[in-house]
Amino acid sequence: MASTPRAARDNLPLVQLLEIINLAKNYRSPEGGLQRVLDVPEFTLKAGQQLALRGASGTGKTTFLNCIAGILHPDEGVIRLNGQDMVGVSESRRDWLRAQNIGFIFQTFNLLQGYSCMENVLLGMSFGHGTNRDTAAQLLKRVGLKDRLSYRPGQLSVGQQQRVAVARALANQPKLVLADEPTGNLDPQNAIESMQLIRDVCEENKATLLLVSHDQSVLNQFEDCRDLAQINKASREVIV
Amino acid sequence: MTLWMIIRNSLRQHALSTGITAVSIGLGCGLLMAVWVVNFQTQRAFKNVTGGFDSILGPRGSQLQLVLNSLFHMDSSPGLVNSVDYQIFRKKYQRFYQAAVPIAVGDNFKGYRIVGTTHDLFRTEHTPGQRYELAVGEFFIQNEKQWNKEAVIGDTVARKLGLRLNDKFNPYHGLNFAPNQKPHKDEYIVTGILKPTGAPADRVIWIPIEGLQQMDGHDLKYSGDVSAVLIQMSEDPTARGFGMNSLDSIYNKGTDHLTFVKSTDEVVTRLFEQFAWAEIVLRWVAYLVAVVAAGGVLASIYNSMNERRREFAILRALGASRGTIFSIIVLESAVIAAIGAAIGFVVYAVIMVAAENTLRDEIGVTLHLQEFHNIMVVVPLGLIALGAAVGIVPACKAYSTDVAQNLIPQS
Repeated sequence: MASTPRAARDNLPLVQLLEIINLAKNYRSPEGGLQRVLDVPEFTLKAGQQLALRGASGTGKTTFLNCIAGILHPDEGVIRLNGQDMVGVSESRRDWLRAQNIGFIFQTFNLLQGYSCMENVLLGMSFGHGTNRDTAAQLLKRVGLKDRLSYRPGQLSVGQQQRVAVARALANQPKLVLADEPTGNLDPQNAIESMQLIRDVCEENKATLLLVSHDQSVLNQFEDCRDLAQINKASREVIV
Repeated sequence: MTLWMIIRNSLRQHALSTGITAVSIGLGCGLLMAVWVVNFQTQRAFKNVTGGFDSILGPRGSQLQLVLNSLFHMDSSPGLVNSVDYQIFRKKYQRFYQAAVPIAVGDNFKGYRIVGTTHDLFRTEHTPGQRYELAVGEFFIQNEKQWNKEAVIGDTVARKLGLRLNDKFNPYHGLNFAPNQKPHKDEYIVTGILKPTGAPADRVIWIPIEGLQQMDGHDLKYSGDVSAVLIQMSEDPTARGFGMNSLDSIYNKGTDHLTFVKSTDEVVTRLFEQFAWAEIVLRWVAYLVAVVAAGGVLASIYNSMNERRREFAILRALGASRGTIFSIIVLESAVIAAIGAAIGFVVYAVIMVAAENTLRDEIGVTLHLQEFHNIMVVVPLGLIALGAAVGIVPACKAYSTDVAQNLIPQS
């Protein structure tokens, strides 16, 4: 059941956090031609907003998030995160901006296997505002893993691993959390619970959430849900 | 802190290859340091084994043999200086020297040389500022009126043969011990044990020179002869130089039956020069071990790069820059080398202890394990730098990791 957006409900000021103008990303096809996979004329996200983007496989969901995070460099366009340019800057500056402002939750969690839960969360802090074991422990406690601090990912259930990934994404106090099919590896019941946890934790930490998924049960939990196809106008035709 | 955490985890995950690589670096490091230090300390120790004497007068023959026989108590004796020549030297050239101590060799006890000498030897500083000192007992009786069948033994002799004060023994003829051989009838008593000197003197049984010259079975016709005369030249630099040159000229050019070793230092230096190739070979072996070990670091880290691509991609996604990833690999490589360097000190200590024991027991020269040498800083730091340098190759590979591609698990 759709309800009032949380930020609006809590009367938070909706300041523009992310602004995208004429974003384009091309990939070289196996035949050698250039294929446009991303063509976003305009996209904005306000601070505190929680937005879900619906998209089937191969619609450019991950590419879109990677461009926003500065992991991929777009071929054209402007991305401003919290007023700061993410495109026309050096790679190291983009890395720094990502470390300072963005938390990432991956479908496969991407936890580092040789590290404990605590260390994985500390790594999430390391390149941003610096490590703090107390904050890391608090975050793990918040996601229900206070007794698993020294456990390695391989010693945890899939659901628990996902919660570590959530704690890590929030460890650097990000302004924006990008979630790429975060419940893709979970069973339906775990997926719903996990999604609620992500939303709650983002809200508690005043982080904006941008999620992409094709799972309708997950998308149904969002008041604000859009089709990626409405935002991404790329036709996927070979352009050169 | 983060970098160390990442490096520590990586080393832990690749503990076996890290361990093997570090040990091989340790071997190279330890070998290099040991070769350097053993060579340095041995040369210095050999040059210091002058017993406080500058020159030696002995029978005609090899100067090296004379030095080895008279100061190192090794090698065979080149012969005898007859009593007439000895007395002429003592009286005629007295102005050139401040001490001339005769020694006579030719007997042993269980392989340890018995050297006949006079009390003058013990009055000489065997190393600057250090005279022979007794740990227990007293020096043998020897004066113009009498001499006793008494012996003062070196520290190594006491330890190895278990000889104690008042123990008695019968010398064996010759410099090499033959267990089946019948000993001399003369019985000697141990009256003193010397404190360790760190010199070949520790391996010697000292008796009055008359005792050796007149030992039962020795031809009394030669009882006034000596094996060599250890000479401490005049303190006055002019007289010293003049004396050395004069005696060199008199004995080496003017006679055909005596040899004068002008400078024992020079002879020892020439000896080491002859064996310099061995040190060079050893040093190159150590270099090779170090380089192979550094290659091991490179191979070990480089081979792990493929399996770590995802790790690097995740770290990049968390905000780590390419430079950070590069630094992690270079530091990791340097840390493996540093662990190797630490192991190198253990290897060094083991080699030094073995070398120290061998040299002390076989030659009487003492090495000092705990003595600092610059090489003990240069080699470990050099290897750490080499480790970091070889880490640059895999670091470049890590640097160029494609983040977006490697975030997806590879099946």
